[in-house]
Amino acid sequence: MLKGGSRDTGMLLMERSVPGRAGVVTPPLDVPEQPLPDAAILRDDLALPEVSEPEVVQYFTALSQQNFSIDTHFYPLGSCTMKYNPKINDEIAFLPGFAAIHPLQPPDQSQGALELLHTLQEYLGEITGMSGVSLATLAGAHGELAGVLMMRAYHHAQGDLGRTKMAIPDSAHGTNPASAAMAGFDVVTLPSDKDGNVDLEALHELSGPDLAGVMITLPSTLGLFDQNIVEVCRIVHEAGGLVYGDGANMNALLGRTKLGDLGFDVIHLNLHKTFSTPHGGGGPGAGPVCCAPTLEPFLAAPIVTSSGNGAGPSYSLSTPEQSIGKMSGYHGNFGVLVRAYTYIRTLGDAGIKSISGNAVLNANYIMQALKDIYYLPYDRTCMHEVVLSADWQRPRGVSGLDVAKRLLDYGFHAPTMYFPLIVHEALMIEPTESENRYTLDAFIEALRQINRESEDDPDMVHHAPHTTPVSRLDEAGAARHPDLRWRPSV
Amino acid sequence: MTTAHFQSHYIPNTELEQSEMLATLGLTTIDQLFHDIPDEFRNPALNLPEPLSELEIQRELAGLASKNRALGSGPSFLGAGSYHHFIPAIVKALMTRGEFLTAYTPYQPEVSQGTLQVIYEFQTLISSLFGMEVANAGMYDGATSLAEGVLMACRVTNRERVAVSDTVSPAYLQVTRTYCQAHGIDIEVVRHWEPKVGDDTACLVVQYPNFYGGLEDLGDFAQLAHGHGALLVVSTDPTACGMLNPPGHYSADIVTGEGQPLGIPTSYGGPYLGLFTCKEQYIRQMPSRLVGRTVDSQGRNGYVLTLQTREQHIRRERATSNICTNEALYALASTIYLAAMGRQGLKQVAELCYHKAHYAASQIEALPGYSLPFQRGPFFQEFVVQCPAPPAEINRKLMERNILGGLDITVPPYSDPLPPDLDKGMLLCVTEMNSKQDIDALVAGLAEFN
Amino acid sequence: MSPEDRKYTREHEWAKVEDADAKLVSVGITHFAQDELGDIVYFDLPNVGENVSYMQKMGEVESVKAVSDLFSPVTGRIESVNNELVDHPELVNDDPFDSGWIMRVVLEDLGELDTLMSASEYDEYTGAS
Repeated sequence: MLKGGSRDTGMLLMERSVPGRAGVVTPPLDVPEQPLPDAAILRDDLALPEVSEPEVVQYFTALSQQNFSIDTHFYPLGSCTMKYNPKINDEIAFLPGFAAIHPLQPPDQSQGALELLHTLQEYLGEITGMSGVSLATLAGAHGELAGVLMMRAYHHAQGDLGRTKMAIPDSAHGTNPASAAMAGFDVVTLPSDKDGNVDLEALHELSGPDLAGVMITLPSTLGLFDQNIVEVCRIVHEAGGLVYGDGANMNALLGRTKLGDLGFDVIHLNLHKTFSTPHGGGGPGAGPVCCAPTLEPFLAAPIVTSSGNGAGPSYSLSTPEQSIGKMSGYHGNFGVLVRAYTYIRTLGDAGIKSISGNAVLNANYIMQALKDIYYLPYDRTCMHEVVLSADWQRPRGVSGLDVAKRLLDYGFHAPTMYFPLIVHEALMIEPTESENRYTLDAFIEALRQINRESEDDPDMVHHAPHTTPVSRLDEAGAARHPDLRWRPSV
Repeated sequence: MTTAHFQSHYIPNTELEQSEMLATLGLTTIDQLFHDIPDEFRNPALNLPEPLSELEIQRELAGLASKNRALGSGPSFLGAGSYHHFIPAIVKALMTRGEFLTAYTPYQPEVSQGTLQVIYEFQTLISSLFGMEVANAGMYDGATSLAEGVLMACRVTNRERVAVSDTVSPAYLQVTRTYCQAHGIDIEVVRHWEPKVGDDTACLVVQYPNFYGGLEDLGDFAQLAHGHGALLVVSTDPTACGMLNPPGHYSADIVTGEGQPLGIPTSYGGPYLGLFTCKEQYIRQMPSRLVGRTVDSQGRNGYVLTLQTREQHIRRERATSNICTNEALYALASTIYLAAMGRQGLKQVAELCYHKAHYAASQIEALPGYSLPFQRGPFFQEFVVQCPAPPAEINRKLMERNILGGLDITVPPYSDPLPPDLDKGMLLCVTEMNSKQDIDALVAGLAEFN
Repeated sequence: MSPEDRKYTREHEWAKVEDADAKLVSVGITHFAQDELGDIVYFDLPNVGENVSYMQKMGEVESVKAVSDLFSPVTGRIESVNNELVDHPELVNDDPFDSGWIMRVVLEDLGELDTLMSASEYDEYTGAS
């Protein structure tokens, strides 16, 4: 018997199923019954569960309680910007005038939606210093793909077919090389210098007539503002290349600088990071693409345009003249865009700037409080996140993974581990602006305590976590013999 | 109120606390933290509106929302890939729980078993619904799922020609072209009644029910594709799979679909949910995340992300896709929906759609001036009507009666190419949300033209 | 200490003569390599009958969170591959020099092996000696 009966999560839906139970009552058919098609195409094997409504609610509620989340736990996952997700944003997105409108209903019946999108395009262009914005891409990597396809289309439009190389720093997120490859580019690695900036000498060597461009994350995944960034853009432009900006870390720069001013040609934003829309356990996100005037004709379709007349502006969807094409079925992740719009309206100019300021302050506060006991590979002011290392704990038999897992026992989500790849035993901590000082102090104290444990009882740390619903899982077994769905036992 | 001292209610630390924290760093102002930004580019003017209170936000956005016609405000017959279905209250109630809503991708399995087990359930239900061996954790939407399915078929077969039936959604075809543009893949649109497949074809791509609602013979397509060593890729509708044999029944190799009908609001086109399934033998070429069941160090069942070496964070430029963030929250929504609907409920919804659509079609066909030239074979919940007047004009008149009509397929991209007997074609969709009264109102509205 | 009955590459593969008359050599990865990889979960292996070339990619090995290319230490035609690895890739973790062999190759020229490292050279190379 399971503890708590059917509220225990030990049984899967198909194991809970009892013939005859139903979770909904459907309305009766109110039109005359119509002839069915040939019985040969009708199905008789639909294996879905039969459970009642209370059972569904109990099961999923119990499941939810097995998660850490921002609402329940500090979640300092580096490069993921796990900030507070305002509830008003969700409420607005669920208004019937937003949630229950059809993507293909005529523009005169969706002017409110189009106006919101048009204004959001303007806000994002203003924040990034870019002139063109397309909201059509559905996640960060989706925006990257659109952005690098635009770079390809731009070079091709110049008759320049020989630019086949995309240079990407060794510290980059994996989506960068994957997106470049999906856009047909050969990826070449750009090393970082001793300060964590792009190695300018290496960049010079790569900057030839076959260089399509570079993909730069700013601040970098080391949590550092690249002090060479203006020079990087200049070198690439001089060689005829373009500079792509991965906006995953824009939370550090809101209102502090504009990527367009620095020399970036095209960037994407992660609205589900910087602009507070919820991650939902892995999505949905939105990855709008913002670009300089030279690349505007290539933006993904559709974009929202306005035309003035006596009765005020009217808004419509349009396709840029040399567009790379449609990236998704409709016009983007509208529900996410509504949330981001609401967030920007709530903050205004002053609020936007206080986001980056407090995010960077919180990260530096943590760095300062821990750098005496955790190795800090780049000892300079960090941006919104700090990359520490468990290199000093390693000789005691405690790895970065162990430290991260032990944090779970203290009620904190783990930092990002083993990334960026160029830092051994990396622990990448991003506190965000929405955590108070008390939580930061408690987190710092937990990491100091774990360091003491790594001396006194390394074996205990090595086997952490000890208090979570499950302990460390057999990932090798899962990959060797994949069990990817429930099957009836024979 | 001056914005200089504006303190957002999303930021807890007060100015005093901020000063104390700065002091630990030997600093006095936050601005000093940004000294790495070159002076000439630091603190640019930012032209954004003043901050609003929550009360003001509610007013302003309710105003914008009211400028849109919501589907529930009158009879609506628009489909074409985005469908108005009933969503039980528990879907929103459960999916908006903070523990689900505000969690990240489940990289730490010990504290993410909720999300992981939900995805395992999702994979179980979707593979079952489509009659396929393996489902992944989801893609962005139906269109990108299909495009990734085509790229995967090219990898599996090591071929670069793709045959797409002319009854596949024009929007899905556009997205597939976008995704394939840099890979030298030759996409050919073939006639659905005699699709051309050769020995160098990677895959035949069809839609079931097709974009125009029709049900073509998937068995024939499978035989044709497999006879040439090509894969059959099918984009399908999960609601239809509640009553019809799913594509897996006909040996399809990759089956994708739009998950929006499974408890997700139409929301002006997103966020939706890409469904993606395939035969087990192709699993290492699959894009996106997979969750597997395993055991913990004490032998208890648990769930983890698995086969991650396919993915971008490990294989980088050689990954099966660049996808990272997907639509996990809506995979949750669809899992709750399918759990609630269950075996009987989903079948009943599919049958309601079927009978109501066929009732509407028979009533419209009986009107003078209207015909159903496209529906020679069986169809599900959508059908094309050849109208006596341009569809845009008819839709305007219908809207005067507060009826949202069908999709005008005489405009691009739907009109490319359009058979001559559909030069006034309108694609209508009828679901369980349309009462007999709604349908009769539509028929009465249409009867004005003849 | 690596076994002395075989030769080694800088990419951590080994080659061992099984039958000198038939020029048949078995190929695998070293203890050092499996230890670096961690729990091995999958091998992507070439097909029997295909040709492999010295230091050209012959397949891939995957652990839970890494993928590595496998390079052939020899030139020749593949006579057999170790099908046990399909269901039990962990054999290579447990027994890399024996039951965890990867493939057997018929060489064009056994003399090719002379260019590879001896066990003591390899151990020195990996710092194991």
